[in-house]
Parts: sequence; structure tokens; C-alpha cells
Amino acid sequence: MSFQVLVFYVLAAIMIFAAIRVITSRNPVHSVLFLVLAFVSCSGLWLLLEAEFLAIVLVLVYVGAVMVLFLFVVMMLDINLQRLREGLFTYLPLGLTVALLMVLEIGLVLWARSSQLRDMPAPPPLPENYSNTKELGRLLYTEYVYPFEIAAVILLVAIVAAIALTLRRRKNTKYQDPAKQVSVRRADRVRLVSMPSVQREPEIPPEAGSGASTGEQR
Amino acid sequence: MQPIAFPIPDLAPAAPEIFLLVAACAVLLIDVFLAERSRWVSYVLTLITLAVCAVMVVTGTGATVYTFSDMFVRDPMADVLKVSVCVAVATILIYGRTYIGDRGMYRGELFVLALFATLGMMIMISASHLLLLYLGLELLSLALYSMVALQRDSRAAVEAAMKYFILGALASGLLLYGMSMIYGATGTMNLEQIASAIAGTDNPKVWVLGLGVAFLVAGIGFKLGAVPFHMWVPDVYHGAPTAVTVFIGSAPKLAAFALVMRLLVTGLESMVVDWQQMLLLLSIASLVIGNLTAIAQTNLKRMLAYSTISHMGFVLLGVLSGDLNGYGSAMFYVITYVLMSLAAFGMILLLSRDGFEADMLDDFKGLNRRSPWYAFMMLITMFSMAGLPPTVGFYAKLAVLQAVFSAGFIWVAVLAVLMSLVGAFYYLRIVKLMYFDEPKDVTPILPHPDMRLVLSVNGLSMLVLGILPQPLMALCIVSIQYSL
Repeated sequence: MSFQVLVFYVLAAIMIFAAIRVITSRNPVHSVLFLVLAFVSCSGLWLLLEAEFLAIVLVLVYVGAVMVLFLFVVMMLDINLQRLREGLFTYLPLGLTVALLMVLEIGLVLWARSSQLRDMPAPPPLPENYSNTKELGRLLYTEYVYPFEIAAVILLVAIVAAIALTLRRRKNTKYQDPAKQVSVRRADRVRLVSMPSVQREPEIPPEAGSGASTGEQR
Repeated sequence: MQPIAFPIPDLAPAAPEIFLLVAACAVLLIDVFLAERSRWVSYVLTLITLAVCAVMVVTGTGATVYTFSDMFVRDPMADVLKVSVCVAVATILIYGRTYIGDRGMYRGELFVLALFATLGMMIMISASHLLLLYLGLELLSLALYSMVALQRDSRAAVEAAMKYFILGALASGLLLYGMSMIYGATGTMNLEQIASAIAGTDNPKVWVLGLGVAFLVAGIGFKLGAVPFHMWVPDVYHGAPTAVTVFIGSAPKLAAFALVMRLLVTGLESMVVDWQQMLLLLSIASLVIGNLTAIAQTNLKRMLAYSTISHMGFVLLGVLSGDLNGYGSAMFYVITYVLMSLAAFGMILLLSRDGFEADMLDDFKGLNRRSPWYAFMMLITMFSMAGLPPTVGFYAKLAVLQAVFSAGFIWVAVLAVLMSLVGAFYYLRIVKLMYFDEPKDVTPILPHPDMRLVLSVNGLSMLVLGILPQPLMALCIVSIQYSL
């Protein structure tokens, strides 16, 4: 067993362990952290496949941005753990059956494939100055430019839909309208009232005199 | 650093799609600057966009052209389906205008989402690559999910959107899984190359391919709403605002038909024995369950949902016949089904008003007293859905049954006829309610003039096509003949 194969098995084992822990751990925060571990070991596997760019992007985008955001959401939401676990045993038989079926199907595929693996020649070694990133960019902007554009359109639709579904101007919301604030004139806010000045006797503060004393003065 | 040598792809065949994308973005931008009372500008711009797009498709060369590294194909079948999609979407917007206005959904986003959904359908129709089929489908579905949820104050609409989203995502997952197996077995995602890869070898990887086909058929079944993947259809049809229900129930079926044709017929024609059996199961189950369950419905939207399921069974019957006549009759059936469902939902929209949904069967009681003309339109629609002559529904069913018969599935044809008889019961019940019962509600029906015109044309077209079906039928068969 060469060193490369050893690394592959170690990374794969870590990844499978982490993936299982994602769905079995009781705390959702732990689940997210295990998902991060699964992603990191996956990017290690991609490095073994000489896909450096994708591996780095996986760590940067998924681990760095998406998963951290996810972690925030999980921490912000008040998830009732007790209720999540309630139905486990009622759904267990059905879930196990589905899982078994899927394992069987995957096994069939892998079995059919592995008998074919001998026919697949090993990929030729890549030249010294081969750049994975450059190849990816070349394909993305030439041969696959049409699907690339459509993926962008899908993102645009997602933005439009998200805004259309969440943006709403409530009638009783208090908000500032700078245009109105600027265009206001003095006359709108300040009113000068002319009041005749009346000469008055300096009054005795009310707490000083009782009811009887005020009556006396009058 | 040397520049990348790559010939610029020929953009002319994709001109309608490019125009639609640019126009959708323009409507999105223009709408932002519109005041609430001039919202009609977005509506008119959207209709103009769809009209121009249809004209651009019609004035094309009509030949089969590939572009964008063979990922995009423009052939006669694509042209016919694209024109139908544009016309259907424009009709939906005209029908839904008053309805969405009454329910506070008359916003630019709705029009923009409708245009993007149209773009998604056109991309699916013109895809000759697994990736494009998937991306087009996602573009369409994403727009539809959010259109269902746009009426946020309605609990039913939000619930329907949630169900539609989750089951739709599941279906996309199945489809994608199937595609990945096909890719694994053939090493290519281009449909033509997949076909030659399967035909070229003596099929050693038949396990993977068979499993891939099974997943693809399951995904297609979900998207078409065929039994046993139909659970979402009644709930979504019922819960969604009616103007969106008619969108879900009509135009996307054209794109789904294109998906079936491209995936199963262009890509996997050598696997016909495998998918024929699966489609047979789906279509028989759809015919039986769709028709029998529809009898029990008192809500017209739910009833039409189950009737959609049974109609999709007929479409699949046409496809599984596996010959030119079968494909042609399935295409004819899909186009006429879209006409029928537009008219049926159009009638619900016509009778609905602010704060009142005319979606119960009882709301149609005595329609003849209130408006003989619209009652007649509904009569044609129901006759056509039931498959009675002289409407187009009769001819569509006949053509599919002929194809099934000549493919040797005689008992299937007999079963389909029996199930259509069952179906006739609940369609004719509406006719009875309209003509022989006392009206429950005597509010006058006052639609916009454009809706009045389009609904009448829509109703009469079913009658005219029923008497003269040959030109459309010939168009369908010829377009498929030149596209395969």
C-alpha cells in the first residue's frame, strides 16, 4: 500500500465517521461542526485527485462562508431538541427499510461497476505545468458558457423570489423618509402665536399656602 | 499568456431565449420605477415580450440546428412547443389579471417570475444535454415555488408552496441521481452521444443504466404528476392561488413532455424495453386512480387536479407506444390538454371575485341562467376533457388509443376507454349543474374585454380543432419526424 492510498483511506474513514455523526449527534451545533469536518476531509480527497482549486474553494466557500452562516442560524433559532427526538422510534422501521434499500441499490451499482473497473485505464499523468484552475476556467467560459449563464439566471430568480416573498411594507411601520425631512418648511412645523402679555401679581407657590390661606387672600 | 482559442457559438438559434432573458431583466428594472397605479405597464410589457418571443420562434428557419457546443438544439418539435408555451403563458396572465389584482398579488415580481419560468421551459425544450435539462427544470420550478407562495396571507397557499417545494426538490434529486448514473455508464452528458454510446457497446453496464432509467422515470413521474408520484398535485392545485394553479397545470406540462422526449426517446431509445414497462405501470395507475378519485371531489380545483393526473396517464400511453404516431399523438394530446386546462381554470378565475373563490362545484350551479355564453364555453371544455365528439378531446384520445392499439397493448387501450367512461361522469356532472340547477349566486359576471375575447377564442378553438384536427396533428407528427 502506497502512502497515497493510506492517506485516502484515513481521509475517507474520517469523512464517513463525520457524516454519520452529522445525523446522529444530539446537538445541532455539533452536527454542523461535524459537517465542517466532513467537508474538510472531502477537500483533502480532492487534493489527492489533483483538483487543488476545487479543494480550496470547498474550504473557502462552504466551510468559511456557508457553514459559518449555517452555524449562526442554528445558534439563533431556538430548536426544541426534545420534540425533534420524539418520533424517532415510530419512524425507525420505515427509515431503516429505506436505508437498506438504498444501500442495496448502491451495492448493486458498485458491484456492477467494480467488475468493469479493470476496463478503465488509469488516467495519463498530467504534464508539469498543468494548471487545474486554468483548465476549469477555460471549460467554464468556453464549452460550458451556456449552462454557466443559466446557473446565473437561477441565482437571479432566487434573489427576486426571496425579496418578493419577504419584503413587505407594513402600514403601521414607522420609518424615516429623508426626502420629506429635507423638504419640510419652517411654516409646517413652527407656528407663532401672538399672546398678549398680562401683568400678574407674583403668585404664592401652591405648596406654601393651604386652602384656607388662599381663600383669605381673595 | 496566450488567448484561448474558441469559436464564438452561433447565437442566432437561441435568439428567442436571449431576447426573453434580456426582456425579463428589463421588466424587472422598469417595474422598480413604476408607481402603484401604473403597474399595468409591466403587464403590457410582459405580454409584448411573450408575443415577440413567439414571433421570433415562428420566423426561424425551421431546420434542426445545434449550437453552444451541441448543448442547445433547435428543431421543429422545439419550435412548436415553444410557441405553445408562449401563447399559454400570455393567456394565463390575461385570465389571471383581475384575480391577482383583487388579492394584492398584482406586482412586478409576479410578471418577472412568470417570464423566468417561461425561459426555464424554453431551455428545457431546447436542451440536448443532461445539464441543461436539469438547469431549465430548476429555473422553472424555482419560479413556480415562489409564485405559489406569493399570496403570503393565505395559509393554504404557503402550505401548498412548502409541499410543492419539498416534493419538487425530492424529484429533482431523483432525476439528478438518475442522470449521474447515466453519465457514469456512458461517460458523456450529451444526449446524442449517450444514445450512440449505449448503441455502440454490447451493453455490459446494463445494471447501472437500468437503475439510472428507473430514477429518471421516477423523477419524470413526479414532475408530470403521474401515480404513484402524484401526492403533491391535488394539494398544490387546491392551495395555490387559482391564477398560479393554472400556470402550474398548463404550460409546464409542455416542457415536461419535451423532457420525456429528450431524455427517454433521444437519449435512451435503446433502453425502450426498460422504460416502456415503467411508463406502462405509471400510466395505468394514473388512469385508474386519477379518474376514480376525481369522482369524490366537491372542489373543482381538486377535481381538475385528479383529472390532470388521468390526462398525464394518456400522454404517457402515447409516449410508450414507442413509434412516430405514438409520439405525435402524445404531443397533440399535451397541446390540447393545455387548451382544456386553460379554459377550465379560466372559468374559475372568471367567476371568482374579490374575497370569493368560485372553486366549489356548487358555484357553477345554474350558470346558464347567469350567462349562457360562458356556460356554453364550460360545456365545450368539459365535453373536451371527457373526450366527447365533436370536441378536440375526442380526437386526442382517439389518436393515442390508435397508437397504443397498433403497438400491441390491446388490453391497455380497453382499460383506457373504460376509465374515460368513468371520467365522463364527473365532467358531465358539471354540465348538469350548469344547465339544470338553480343558481345559488346571482352576481353579474363582468370580465375585462380582453379576458372575454381570449376565453371565447380558447373555448371555440377546442370546437374548431375537434372538427378539423388534421392540420395540428400533421404538424405534431411532422415536427417530431424531423426532430428525431
